[in-house]
Amino acid sequence: MTAQLMDKSVHSELRVPHSAIALRGVTKEFGTGDTKTVALADINIDLPYGELVLLVGPSGCGKTTLISVVAGLLDATRGEVEVLGENLTRMGNGRKVRFRGDNIGFVFQQYNLLPALTAAENACVPLLIAGWDRKKAVAKAKELLAAVGLKDRLNSYPNQLSGGQQQRVAIARALVHEPRLLVCDEPTAALDAHSGRTVMDLIRKVAVQPDRAVVVVTHDSRVYDFGDRIVSMADGRVESVQRTEDRAQETEGRVPH
Amino acid sequence: MNWVALKMLMGDKAKYLGIVFGVSFAALLMAQQSAIFCGLMRNTTSQIRDIQGADLWVMDRNVQFVDDTKPLSENALYRVRGVEGVQWAVRLYKGLARARLDDGNFQQVILIGVDDATLTGAPAVEQGKLLHGKLEDLRRPDAVIMDEFGWRYLYGAEPFAPGKTIEMNDKRAVVVGLAKCNPTFQTFPILYCTYTQAVKYVPQERKTLTFVLAKAADGVTPEQLCERIEQQTGDLRALTDEQFFWTTIGYYLKRTGIPINFGITVALGFFVGCAIAGQTFYLFTIENLKQFGSLKAMGVSNPRLVRMIMLQALVVGTIGYGLGVGGAALFGYVFERVVTNAPPAFHFPWQVLALTAGAVCVIITASAAVSLRRVLFLEPAVVFR
Repeated sequence: MTAQLMDKSVHSELRVPHSAIALRGVTKEFGTGDTKTVALADINIDLPYGELVLLVGPSGCGKTTLISVVAGLLDATRGEVEVLGENLTRMGNGRKVRFRGDNIGFVFQQYNLLPALTAAENACVPLLIAGWDRKKAVAKAKELLAAVGLKDRLNSYPNQLSGGQQQRVAIARALVHEPRLLVCDEPTAALDAHSGRTVMDLIRKVAVQPDRAVVVVTHDSRVYDFGDRIVSMADGRVESVQRTEDRAQETEGRVPH
Repeated sequence: MNWVALKMLMGDKAKYLGIVFGVSFAALLMAQQSAIFCGLMRNTTSQIRDIQGADLWVMDRNVQFVDDTKPLSENALYRVRGVEGVQWAVRLYKGLARARLDDGNFQQVILIGVDDATLTGAPAVEQGKLLHGKLEDLRRPDAVIMDEFGWRYLYGAEPFAPGKTIEMNDKRAVVVGLAKCNPTFQTFPILYCTYTQAVKYVPQERKTLTFVLAKAADGVTPEQLCERIEQQTGDLRALTDEQFFWTTIGYYLKRTGIPINFGITVALGFFVGCAIAGQTFYLFTIENLKQFGSLKAMGVSNPRLVRMIMLQALVVGTIGYGLGVGGAALFGYVFERVVTNAPPAFHFPWQVLALTAGAVCVIITASAAVSLRRVLFLEPAVVFR
């Protein structure tokens, strides 16, 4: 494992050469004067390729703001944001839009599927954005939908699918253009426990690749065991970064024998 | 992505139909009212268009429109004939008369008295304007030719048959022919007869000549001849067909409330269309804001979103325009065939189509602009909220 994940206290001057995501002193403020709110405060973090990283913490701690900054959807007020080797801080808006389209896949809490499109049509949207021919795009989307277990629902509309099935379509859509970074925002929040675990299992099996980074924002503690690392946040700061097995050992240590 | 834009638009059928309805309603109202307005304005000039053969009309200098008859003395005809460049000039009587029908009823009619010798001013036979009878029959005693709307108005569905008699100024008139005339503004029946006959059908006045119709000699344009006649006679006004046409329309535009009333209806159609289409389109966009946010997050640029929304607007605009203008044309078609005893006031020139298209463009552009504003200023990060 070349990539390293470091605790804020130890990595301030170190630079991990092959990080998928490297944030240096990233601060994000909303509003000005009396209404100023600091959503992210001096975040320093490196996230590796080939792992599924869970971003956890209570509501309002800055998880969503952090992935928005990482995905290039929000600009940091201060600090350097490097994603997949590109410095987003110095990137113009047009290039950032292209960068997102080429390199990032998104899975949203509410799926955000287009209600007028079938599952296959929804899943091929990133390819259409990339300029693919519609027939070829739909064909590729169908392959991926088959891979996520929706071979028999290709022509179903979102309102004909269960929540878990819709999220699987969203995962297919997020991966159809083979992005190097997959960003998932609370992918299990709208699902029951079983569907939630199915979706996380799918993300783990289909999305995690050696050359791809996967960041999942969640406050669903039931799915913590699917992550390779867990980044805990509170009040706009990273509190801790732990490998899952370390965390499991810690938890076991606290369990009375 | 254009395909995605169209699927998004047509996926929400209620809103899609709502927007199309708004645009088509506006287009229908604007086109139909404008066509009726054009029809009415055109009807004010029907006699100018019907009376053919001459190049210009000579009248009292204070005449403002074709129905504004100010009698001239007979010597006006000879003064016009005396102007260099006049090939020929003839009399024309035009006025209203009160006709007593067989059943004892009275009816106002438009009386046109054409030159006795040449019958200049009578319905143009060569253009198929004479439906029944012969033009020469006008030279028979008491003969008149009636227009077909007048016939239907007075005698309903009864087929034309020569010999119907009416009475004007205690003088007998016999209908000997039926002419196809342009619909008139006043909607009164039109009766053609000779000039000599016409002056007998109206109460005796010292002056009876209404217009002098003149033809320019070779080498003289009608405009040049008009100038010469006005300069040489001093108290007469001379206008070409075209000039008289626009002078008459100009009078009705300036001196009647017709343009204002129709203008208000057209404006209402425009604003109601703007409101319905704009609001529905805006609601459609607002409901899809999250989807637009997702597309932005996934890499759709603002210019591309603009193209998508403009395409949606163009589609509903084109369909709405087609339905609206088609509806207006259908109205005109049905109106002309159902209401057969009154002259139709419906004229659908290309300018009405073009102006309606322009107004629809404004409506959909305004609607799209309101929606675009929301989409363009939408933070893509909204998808995570």
